[in-house]
Amino acid sequence: MIITIPWLKEHLKTNAKDNEIISRLTNIGLEVESVKENSGELSEFKIAKIIKVEKHPNADKLKVCDVNIGKTETLKVVCGAPNARDGLITIYAPPGATIPKTKFQLKIAKIRGVESRGMLCSESELNLSDESDGIIELNAKETEIGKSYFKSKSEKAIDIAITPNRPDCLGIRGIARDLSSTGIGKLITFKRKKIKQNSKHDVKISITKDKNQGCLIFGSCYIKNITNKESPPWLKNKIHALGLKPISAVVDITNYVMFDLNRPLHAYDADKIDREIIVRDSKEGEEFEALDNKKYKLKKGMCVITDKSSVLGLGGIIGGTKTSTEFDTKNILLESAYFIPSSIRKTSRELSINTDAKYRFERGIDPNSVLTGLEVATDLILKICGGQASKFTITGKNSQKNKIINFEINKFENLIGIPISINEAKKILISLGFICKKRKRELKVEIPSWRPDIHQDVDLIEELIRIKGFKNIKLISPVRNRENETLNFRQKLFHLSQRSLASKGFLEAVTWSFTDSKIDSQFSKGEKEIKILNPISSDLDVLRRSIFSNLSHYLKKNQDRGYEDVSLFEIGPVFFGKNPGEQQIVVGALKSGKVNRKSWIEKERNIDVFDIKSDVTKTLLELGVSEKDLFISDISKQCYHPGRSGSINLKSEKGPHLAYFGELHPAIIKKLDFKEPNIYGLEIFLKNIPEPNKKIRQTKKSFQPSDFQKSQRDFAFVIDKIFKIGLLEKIIKEIDNSLIQEVTTFDVYEGENIPKDKKSVAINVTLQSPNQTLSEKDIDQISKKIIDVVKEKTGATIRS
Amino acid sequence: MSDLDKINSIFNAKIDSVKTKEDLQNIKTEFFGKNGQITQQFKKLGLLEPEKRKDFASNLNKIKDDLSRQIEQKTFEIDNAEINDKLKNEKVDVTLPIRPYQKGKIHPVSQVIDEISSIFSEIGFSVAEGPDVETEYNNFTALNTPEDHPARDMHDTFYLEDNKKLLLRTHTSPVQIRAMLSGKPPFKLIVPGRTYRCDSDQTHAPMFHQLEGLHIDKKITMGQLKGCLDYFIKEFFEVKNVKMRFRPSHFPFTEPSAEVDIGYKIENEKIVIGDGDKWLEILGCGMVHPNVLKNAKINPKNYQGFAFGMGIDRLAMLKYGINDLRSFFETDYRWLSHFGFDPLDVPTNYRGLSK
Repeated sequence: MIITIPWLKEHLKTNAKDNEIISRLTNIGLEVESVKENSGELSEFKIAKIIKVEKHPNADKLKVCDVNIGKTETLKVVCGAPNARDGLITIYAPPGATIPKTKFQLKIAKIRGVESRGMLCSESELNLSDESDGIIELNAKETEIGKSYFKSKSEKAIDIAITPNRPDCLGIRGIARDLSSTGIGKLITFKRKKIKQNSKHDVKISITKDKNQGCLIFGSCYIKNITNKESPPWLKNKIHALGLKPISAVVDITNYVMFDLNRPLHAYDADKIDREIIVRDSKEGEEFEALDNKKYKLKKGMCVITDKSSVLGLGGIIGGTKTSTEFDTKNILLESAYFIPSSIRKTSRELSINTDAKYRFERGIDPNSVLTGLEVATDLILKICGGQASKFTITGKNSQKNKIINFEINKFENLIGIPISINEAKKILISLGFICKKRKRELKVEIPSWRPDIHQDVDLIEELIRIKGFKNIKLISPVRNRENETLNFRQKLFHLSQRSLASKGFLEAVTWSFTDSKIDSQFSKGEKEIKILNPISSDLDVLRRSIFSNLSHYLKKNQDRGYEDVSLFEIGPVFFGKNPGEQQIVVGALKSGKVNRKSWIEKERNIDVFDIKSDVTKTLLELGVSEKDLFISDISKQCYHPGRSGSINLKSEKGPHLAYFGELHPAIIKKLDFKEPNIYGLEIFLKNIPEPNKKIRQTKKSFQPSDFQKSQRDFAFVIDKIFKIGLLEKIIKEIDNSLIQEVTTFDVYEGENIPKDKKSVAINVTLQSPNQTLSEKDIDQISKKIIDVVKEKTGATIRS
Repeated sequence: MSDLDKINSIFNAKIDSVKTKEDLQNIKTEFFGKNGQITQQFKKLGLLEPEKRKDFASNLNKIKDDLSRQIEQKTFEIDNAEINDKLKNEKVDVTLPIRPYQKGKIHPVSQVIDEISSIFSEIGFSVAEGPDVETEYNNFTALNTPEDHPARDMHDTFYLEDNKKLLLRTHTSPVQIRAMLSGKPPFKLIVPGRTYRCDSDQTHAPMFHQLEGLHIDKKITMGQLKGCLDYFIKEFFEVKNVKMRFRPSHFPFTEPSAEVDIGYKIENEKIVIGDGDKWLEILGCGMVHPNVLKNAKINPKNYQGFAFGMGIDRLAMLKYGINDLRSFFETDYRWLSHFGFDPLDVPTNYRGLSK
């Protein structure tokens, strides 16, 4: 909402400086977004007349104009406008002037070899409208040539962000009223206009009793024999100040009243109305051409203003071309109506129309302003355009009863924390237009009809503190006291896994929760896609079902930037359905490239599955899972290389699924076209990490080191090639838990001297007893047992 | 010259020419070995007359100690010479680089969430969460934003269904509803999380992070809201004084509603939070609307309180001087390395929020 200070002062009697007014606005919740100097420099822009147009000698599309700017001499100006012609009166900008739209400062310049002293302007260049097809064509008189086009002196245009609850402040008077309540000035009251209303109202008006009827009141005035014309300068200036383009006196007056009093109006060319006005629900498929020159096909149940033959307008939203007023319009029907906000909103959304009237009606216009609107506008039309007005006709439900709230004054202190006296409260509310009666500790408050946002006590409390000032609220410092844990177990895991992976060299990424369905399907084959109806772009069209969908995309981008050895991770939601809660937090990481690339000391090698297995294992241990509970198998999912990946479950293959790890599937690598194709990933499912089952933190197990000598024995088993070494180690460990402290595989060999379907596995076993030094005999005994059990359970033989 | 003097002079003649450990071993054997000269002399001791024995024994021991000490000294010298010799060939260039490694980093958004959690933890707030996909009811209607409310226009919403019943939450406020419906007052929560709006340009990203705060109890007033935010802003920006201004505004789910501005100035082209004559809007807040409490099955006659919401990404940008919001989500290796935080840099109250 744009206002100017002089316009504001038509409603507010105040001596306050501009800056004071601006800061008060913000303080009471009418946030000033910007303050722009409206004209000032614009006085340089002069009314000028093209005397003669010649073709530019060096350019087909350019013309060289002799322009009279009010002095006897003429200037040469180069112009490209198609409408530049002899005798045209237009607007001239001299060298040194700054063009409002482009902020470009003019200089005397040669254009294709011909000197141009200034420029002829289009409406768009002067920010008057979007019209940029040619230069402005004025109807000015010869005597005006040489005068400044913008007559107003420097006026600040103040742009205020009006929150949706304050439709009353979409008019300058409403803003003035709010300001007056701060004590900065007095709201000026106007006498009711005395209008001669002798002529007949020739148009019958009815509001049908349709199911969705969106119109409650339709007030109108028939004005005949007017002379529509360009608006007088004072009115044009106001229209310009709003950033609008003056059209004609009738249209400008309706716009003026809308912005001045927040009272939208509409003027019909009465001669184009077929017999009568019927306000009704639209029928399915009805068509209508609106003033924005677009044709709309209506759905059933939209509120339309019609005559006997067709639709004339969408009530409260936009008028139609059929009855639009022109300069030659003689008789008009002036409409001042009330439309239900929800009806306006529904229709405008379905048709995607946004107009100043719609914006106001959907927020709530004062239903009791129908008559005032008619009075002010009719008065202005008669003054500017002449003619004779009829009496006002009000069709529908006239005058709404105001709401009453009985407000207990102590409720203010209960909510805000500081007291307010009943007299102060009464004073503030009255200054805002409320009607108050004091009753002991209570105010009986009648809500003005222009405040649809006030429903209950808290709304009044807000009004009071808004005007009294938030700065008066006494600050109460918080108590440093904690009764509940800040983070629950899952939240701690989230936090811990971030730190855990970052400490392993991974960079944390935060990527969109949505992704490209083409990439996502690579990682989530066979699962149902979760589409977004209105994606921000076609390559972010689904919710991600895999944490890899975006990570892989960004890994590739980094590779393309020349970073091949990149480790990234993200912890965030992945989705398995479109309902709330069908999501889980997944820790995902990808790493690509080599270890020790370009090292003078270490041998360069490709990252392999044991690197990623190490990362996933260490992370799980750091998340509190104990090593003996990690059940590792080679069953993984489709997006991994089937031979170089695995999964980790808790305790057994049937236990909760903790993680996947492994090389990405070559098909995916190929499809996504990675520059560095050696890529490994891990996924950890935080919801499956077991929560320690204890109410209070337990002490650690007692520390019982053995003081007795420890011994080591190496074994070389020849075992089936497909036998999993993880299982072999487990078998050995379980042979004697008290003696066997550690089992480590230190060599795996296939090839010469070993049968084709076998492999040789070298295992080191550490033996130590808690209560004695092991004798050679003891050690031989346990060694034999290891060999026997392994043979029995796996068929492995000891290699001689 | 006595035998002992002779031994002594032979030893002295030999010890000086000892160069190697081998020479030394030879001398040891010659004098202290089984048949060594000193050993021989000790064997003689028993044959001497008792009156001479004492003197001889004393002299012999003296010589033995003296020679032993000399051998020890020589051993030390030879060892030392050997080490020094070795060291001459063991010089490496320590300015060569260390073994290759990768430096992991925590994303600024995560770091800031940890900082915020730590600050609110001190005054008793717990962290709550909710789903990213929400019902239209929780995201709007329950928050006093019925279908025809123009405030809905301010949220460019991503929808998952034609009937617009399922959407990506446009703010973290629906977690207020979930939390209140699933528990009993009092409530003292913060909710950091992902939020979504279909809007994308230099200053808007289609996904961003919000922090919701909610404190509901019997006698929570706007004074406490002010105190809570004043505390938070000072702690977060790690400054003693912050100019703070509450400006009336409107959110459907709070009444009264306010936007909060903090003072700042520009110094050396950088934003300095605290004082200064410029204002920066950083959050929205207010007293929870009675309609919201009713929708969450809380009786507004008995309970009241405040809520606030702020942009986490924006806070991170302000605190750490990051200019472009979109860069947060572009996963540029260089950006993450530059703006990311060391994993050991965990924000805590006792150590301080940042290094």
